[in-house]
Amino acid sequence: MKVLMTGNEATARGAYEAGVTFASAYPGTPSTEILENLANYKEVYSEWTPNEKVAIEVGVGASIAGARSLSAMKHVGLNVAADPMFTYAYLGVNGGYVIVTADDPGLHSSQNEQDNRYYARHAKMPLIEPSNSQEAKDFLKEAYKISERFDVPVLFRLTTRICHSKSVVELEERKEVEKKPYKRNISKFVATPAACRKHHVELEEKLKKLEDFSSNDTWLNREEINNSEIGIITSGISYEYAKEIFGNEASYLKLGMSFPIPKEKIKNFSSKVKKLYVIEENEPFLETEIKAMGINVIGKEKIPLTGELNPDIIAEKLLGKENKKISVNPEMIVPRPPTLCSGCPHRGLFFELSKRKNAVITGDIGCYTLGSADPLNAMDTVICMGAGISAAHGFSKVFEKSGEEKEIFGIVGDSTFFHSGITSLIDIVYNKSKVISIILDNRVTGMTGHQENPGTGYTLMGEKTEEIDIEAIVKAVGIKHVKTVDPNKLDEVRSAINEFTVLEEPSVIITKWPCALKKLREEEKQKYKIKTVRYQVNHEKCKKCKMCLKVGCPSISFDKNVGSIIDINTCVGCSVCAQVCPFDAIEKAGV
Amino acid sequence: MIKETKNVLLVGVGGQGIILTSKIISTALLNAGYDVKMSEVHGMAQRGGSVTTQIRYGEQVYSPIIGKGQADVLISFEKMEAMRWIEYLKPDGLLVINDHEIQSAPILSGKAEYPEGIIEELKTKVKTLIIPATKIAIELGNIKTQNIVLLAPLTKALGLENIDWEESIKNNVKEKFIDMNLKAYKKGLEIS
Repeated sequence: MKVLMTGNEATARGAYEAGVTFASAYPGTPSTEILENLANYKEVYSEWTPNEKVAIEVGVGASIAGARSLSAMKHVGLNVAADPMFTYAYLGVNGGYVIVTADDPGLHSSQNEQDNRYYARHAKMPLIEPSNSQEAKDFLKEAYKISERFDVPVLFRLTTRICHSKSVVELEERKEVEKKPYKRNISKFVATPAACRKHHVELEEKLKKLEDFSSNDTWLNREEINNSEIGIITSGISYEYAKEIFGNEASYLKLGMSFPIPKEKIKNFSSKVKKLYVIEENEPFLETEIKAMGINVIGKEKIPLTGELNPDIIAEKLLGKENKKISVNPEMIVPRPPTLCSGCPHRGLFFELSKRKNAVITGDIGCYTLGSADPLNAMDTVICMGAGISAAHGFSKVFEKSGEEKEIFGIVGDSTFFHSGITSLIDIVYNKSKVISIILDNRVTGMTGHQENPGTGYTLMGEKTEEIDIEAIVKAVGIKHVKTVDPNKLDEVRSAINEFTVLEEPSVIITKWPCALKKLREEEKQKYKIKTVRYQVNHEKCKKCKMCLKVGCPSISFDKNVGSIIDINTCVGCSVCAQVCPFDAIEKAGV
Repeated sequence: MIKETKNVLLVGVGGQGIILTSKIISTALLNAGYDVKMSEVHGMAQRGGSVTTQIRYGEQVYSPIIGKGQADVLISFEKMEAMRWIEYLKPDGLLVINDHEIQSAPILSGKAEYPEGIIEELKTKVKTLIIPATKIAIELGNIKTQNIVLLAPLTKALGLENIDWEESIKNNVKEKFIDMNLKAYKKGLEIS
């Protein structure tokens, strides 16, 4: 049967068909839907882990226990998870093990565009790169064969355009794979220095065999010979872009397995063509290797290293071709940046923080990064998951020494707190800074599209589970001053902040209210007493002061003739604007 | 069946039903025997930002994304978004535009004004089909069907009238919304 699937759906399908029985991941764009889709196959046990390092560690455990297992994450997640990955490459597998990394060239939804192909070389693991959804499915199945045949974990690299593009996939049946028996094997699986000295030597031997396989023995790497004028070496989505522009006017060496690089195959291909291009997105991963082989090739001198690649760039840079375009008056295009949604529970907090002129606010990764945007502008830094709390501690220690009197707030979301905020908070207690950490508990992992997390009380597969209590964790690590507030009540937020800014000890505020987009369970509707009121502006009272615009709600607009206007269709009744209005001009609709 | 690849770019604002529309179109094209690729945007851009999906179909499709000056049809669910993405349309392509304004953050906060005369500007540059889809959807009783109102004008512009679009709508929307969406589709058919 032929169906349209995104690369993520197809990767999940590939794992299903390959007989995978264990899968783990931490959500992160563009990788999230891999596990969401895997969870629909009941034959595969799938779980969200608190972070990517845990995802790989449980995946490694499952693989050693004998199951075919998979762990998936976004590119920066692999930084978090690199430690167990490097060591497991040394040890080798029992059941086949594949790590899926979803890179984000062009930074559609990320803080960098690192090229994780380098991780394969660095950790000494075979690297597989599909170009479309059909290949994502088929190559993943092949990855398990390679993992088990060569006794190595495999790195499987997708990019945003593969993850989130739909293309045609021919479905096949699942083939059950018998779990490998588990026997204690201390010399293989206990990573002592003595064992790993041997493992390193063995791994280098495996890589030699893998290089031979990559050159001579796998259908993942294939030549398409059309003519002898132009040859293109490429992999991943870049292959599709190259084909789009050159079609059958060039010959191709398409690398589905790009590490270990198939040197013999490359040498052979390069001898068949007069002019050789390497077309790859971001880093010169292939190019550097090919040039080191002494082969003359055109790559990054033409194809940009930064930003997302596309067919237009290839046409322009390699063929000097540019399409005719329609141009319009650019002044008639106003930017449309992402904003906190109507009724977002982060709004009240950031509005209160925006008024504190002597504050340093270190932010984190999530929807709440948008607290840095106009008109709130309530953020100083965003680095990575967890740094919202730890960077605040660094600020605090430096200002303590320099004598600068600042209020220092560290911001982190609920899922991010479980991910890597807990250790940061321990550092604050242990090393005694007076940071006010604020945990934004919106009862869901929001930005990636509403995944369960350890605080929601449900698992990826929909089972009810222990709801891990953030306040109890905070108290358990030694924070003495903790307040849980409703962020839609500005006076509650303000009084908690005022109370804690005068302390000489660390403190934590938990803002607890569900994401405005979350599909609430009955129990949540009751617990949070969700009402369906809407607000409107009484234009007899509105003085056009524009105060309500400072909360940055997409439901509020301004007309210079009548004043502020609330869109009743999108208002969700959080009442933050009504609390901000100095003239009580914002009232419940229909009252 | 056409051999060359056709490109359809759908643009608008998060929440306007663009992804569902793209799904209805692309699954129908697949069933009609075309090779199809469709590219979506997820993550941070979805939070009230500018949203696009790209559909390419033909005998064999390579790139899932459409180049500048390459779209055969640009269908814009919002006026200003048509301006933002117009450079992706072929100079002799067709713009289908929903006569509807959604203010963006800089406009809401009073830092900019919603540009006037967008449709007039676009009409001087390219063949433009104006459909008041949001207005029609509200008249039909649900603003959310604005995407389906635009479906018939779009498929007609692409010469795909022989595909059973009502069937594809039925296959892609929840049971309880089918009647409402079929009504919107038929209204779109009437005016196109």
